[in-house]
Amino acid sequence: MERILDILRRDSRESTPYRQFFHYETADETETVATALMKLCDASDLRDLSGEPARPILWECSCLQKKCGACAMVIDGIPRLACDVKLADCKETIRLEPLRKFPVVADLTVDRTVMQDNLRAIRLWLTDQAAMRDKVMDAAYEASRCLQCGCCLEVCPNFYAGGSFTGMASAIPFSRLLAELPVSQRKEAAKLYTGRFYNGCGKSLACRNICPAGIDVDDLLVNSNAIAVWKRFGKP
Amino acid sequence: MGRVNIVGAGLSGLSAAIHLAKAGIPCNLISALPSERAQSVLAEGGINAALDTMGEHDTPAEHFADTMKGGVDLADPNAVAGLTEHAPEIVRWMFSLGTPFQMEEERLILRNFGGQKKKRTAYSKSSTGKVLMTALIDEARRWEDAGLIHRFSHHLTEDLTIEGEGEDRCCSGLVIRDTYTSRLLNCPGPVILCSGGMNGIFPGLTTGTVPNTGNLTALVFAKGVEFGNLEFIQYHPTTVGIPGKRMLISEAARGEGGRLFILRDGKPWYFMEEKYPELGNLMPRDVVSREMFFVSHRPDCEPQVYLDLTGLPAATWEKKLSDMREEILHYLSIDPVTAPVPVSPGIHFFMGGVLVDAAHRSSLPGLYAAGECACQYHGANRLGGNSMLGALYGGKVAAESVTLTCKGESLHSDEPVDLGLAPTQWREERMVAPVQVERLCSVLWEGLGIAREETVLSSAAKGLEELLAGDLTPWERNRALLGKAIVSSALARRESRGAHYRTDFPQRDDAQFQKTTVAVCRDGAIDIVFRPIPERRTDNGTNP
Repeated sequence: MERILDILRRDSRESTPYRQFFHYETADETETVATALMKLCDASDLRDLSGEPARPILWECSCLQKKCGACAMVIDGIPRLACDVKLADCKETIRLEPLRKFPVVADLTVDRTVMQDNLRAIRLWLTDQAAMRDKVMDAAYEASRCLQCGCCLEVCPNFYAGGSFTGMASAIPFSRLLAELPVSQRKEAAKLYTGRFYNGCGKSLACRNICPAGIDVDDLLVNSNAIAVWKRFGKP
Repeated sequence: MGRVNIVGAGLSGLSAAIHLAKAGIPCNLISALPSERAQSVLAEGGINAALDTMGEHDTPAEHFADTMKGGVDLADPNAVAGLTEHAPEIVRWMFSLGTPFQMEEERLILRNFGGQKKKRTAYSKSSTGKVLMTALIDEARRWEDAGLIHRFSHHLTEDLTIEGEGEDRCCSGLVIRDTYTSRLLNCPGPVILCSGGMNGIFPGLTTGTVPNTGNLTALVFAKGVEFGNLEFIQYHPTTVGIPGKRMLISEAARGEGGRLFILRDGKPWYFMEEKYPELGNLMPRDVVSREMFFVSHRPDCEPQVYLDLTGLPAATWEKKLSDMREEILHYLSIDPVTAPVPVSPGIHFFMGGVLVDAAHRSSLPGLYAAGECACQYHGANRLGGNSMLGALYGGKVAAESVTLTCKGESLHSDEPVDLGLAPTQWREERMVAPVQVERLCSVLWEGLGIAREETVLSSAAKGLEELLAGDLTPWERNRALLGKAIVSSALARRESRGAHYRTDFPQRDDAQFQKTTVAVCRDGAIDIVFRPIPERRTDNGTNP
């Protein structure tokens, strides 16, 4: 199997982006875009398609099995995890670009610090013991699975780094908090949810099917909206 | 003295940071990537604690006994007593932080795990590490907001600062590098290493993550810090090869009823059940992996072992293992509900590492270690469900230990000092060329399989000598020295115990070897000695 990787590169935060093409060949049909990037970077003498020497490609990766969100990038126009995209399922030339909603560090590495900043801004933590009950476990489990990869923010027409709208990447983890908070504290949390997420969401639903972890966005939003928007705080 | 420096933001690092913060002590939480990318998120099956919610009259004493037996009596009994006594408290703490452990009728339920007869493992499907991490990351955020946890994500540790000579040596801080800007920062203060297992010395051959390169472990070893039990490398019985790594199929699969078989004379042979009727497929991992190795080499058997999950009830798949099924389907195109899964043992955990006492102090004052990078709790073989427990509890104990040691000294909250851009020479010295990574791996892989013997280990030792005689950067040399220490430890332990099986010394030899293997590097030479295991104290070890 032969593929051409068409990579949008940038030497540093300040420099001008450019495209560079690499040839990659493998007999293993199960290999992914992440495998190709790893092997290209491991080459002692990396050369581009025209045979010119090239510096190793900078990108982030960790688990290689869709569980950590590190390798999120735009692959053929869609934000995905590189370890989730099999080369065999791609066309002959595969276009790789960094996520566009975050500052580029270099090549395919972006600085997603704003996601952590947003979670702090919405005060995503429990101040009291969680109120754990059988019926909240499924929602809490699902919300706990968020990878903080940023794919949902990439497709969101309303999210931009530095804006007050924090996007689905904060609404999903926040749904765990809303489900687990003692009833007495839900009112305060509801204000943050509506202010930083609900009111800013244009309901485009672009994020609906993009989550690499397959989190059921609809289900979690319905739960959160019931508490935060419809004020169904439950019995104290 | 500056803030406490914690290297690694997985379970043990987060636990240490939160416990320091609770005591009002500020820390730098330093990691190559944010916590969401830590290897801890891959942990699957669950966390052990004698919570006794299943009506089996379980006790911490039984958890202690199982852990010691599973580790083939090589762990520090005082540390293990502390671990198992405090396990219920650790799990209840995580529950109070909102970890969605599996519940039924408003009570937390437990599952079976290897090497333990009673249900003792709290879980959340087979994504327990991920949900524990989410709860801890959120809790850490509270203390970040309070100004006590200072995150340095995308930072690598470049050097340990050591002051003094000989017996007066102590660790007084770290130099770290921002991988986004290449700026160096000096971080004075005590150091807690929570940097995980040294997977990167076996790249592509472990179930771990890519950023766990082993480089930092190797640096610490080359600095003369004592390491323990390096020869004990856990091969998890049920892993599968996917591009770039081994993927784990959690022990939960067998805990919920999965069975291992091999085709003998063309018919399925459930060898674990026949050989070990009591625990069957849930024998400790070292035993299962070794049996898989043996049966797959028998002339009347085909080489492939299978994990048969086809008999599991639909409700088990739906409520307990749906994530595992999705993963197997995605990566192997096999539906485990209808077809057995071909599995083989793969490197999963390093029982050895920075040798620490029950208070998680290393041999170098000022340096502490917790989690998989440390040698503690697991002896010659770790029980499933004890790694996350060991990481959370170890982080807590290390934090308490630092707090105690620093009592009276002023731990202030100064920012790390900016040392400017990393000079070119600095970067060159830290180069680890992929070709050298591969060379080291192939030598170690040759010697450190499931079954080991003198000639093969000696050949690996020779290969390492040749490697060390070559032209290496300082960091490549550190890695080769760590590799040499592992092989030397395996050569010196002329017995079989836990994960260390010697075909030439197949028996356990308590008289000579019921001891900790201590490896230390002095001026490039490696010393191996065997040190007695601490005696069990009468206070039950709960106050390390």
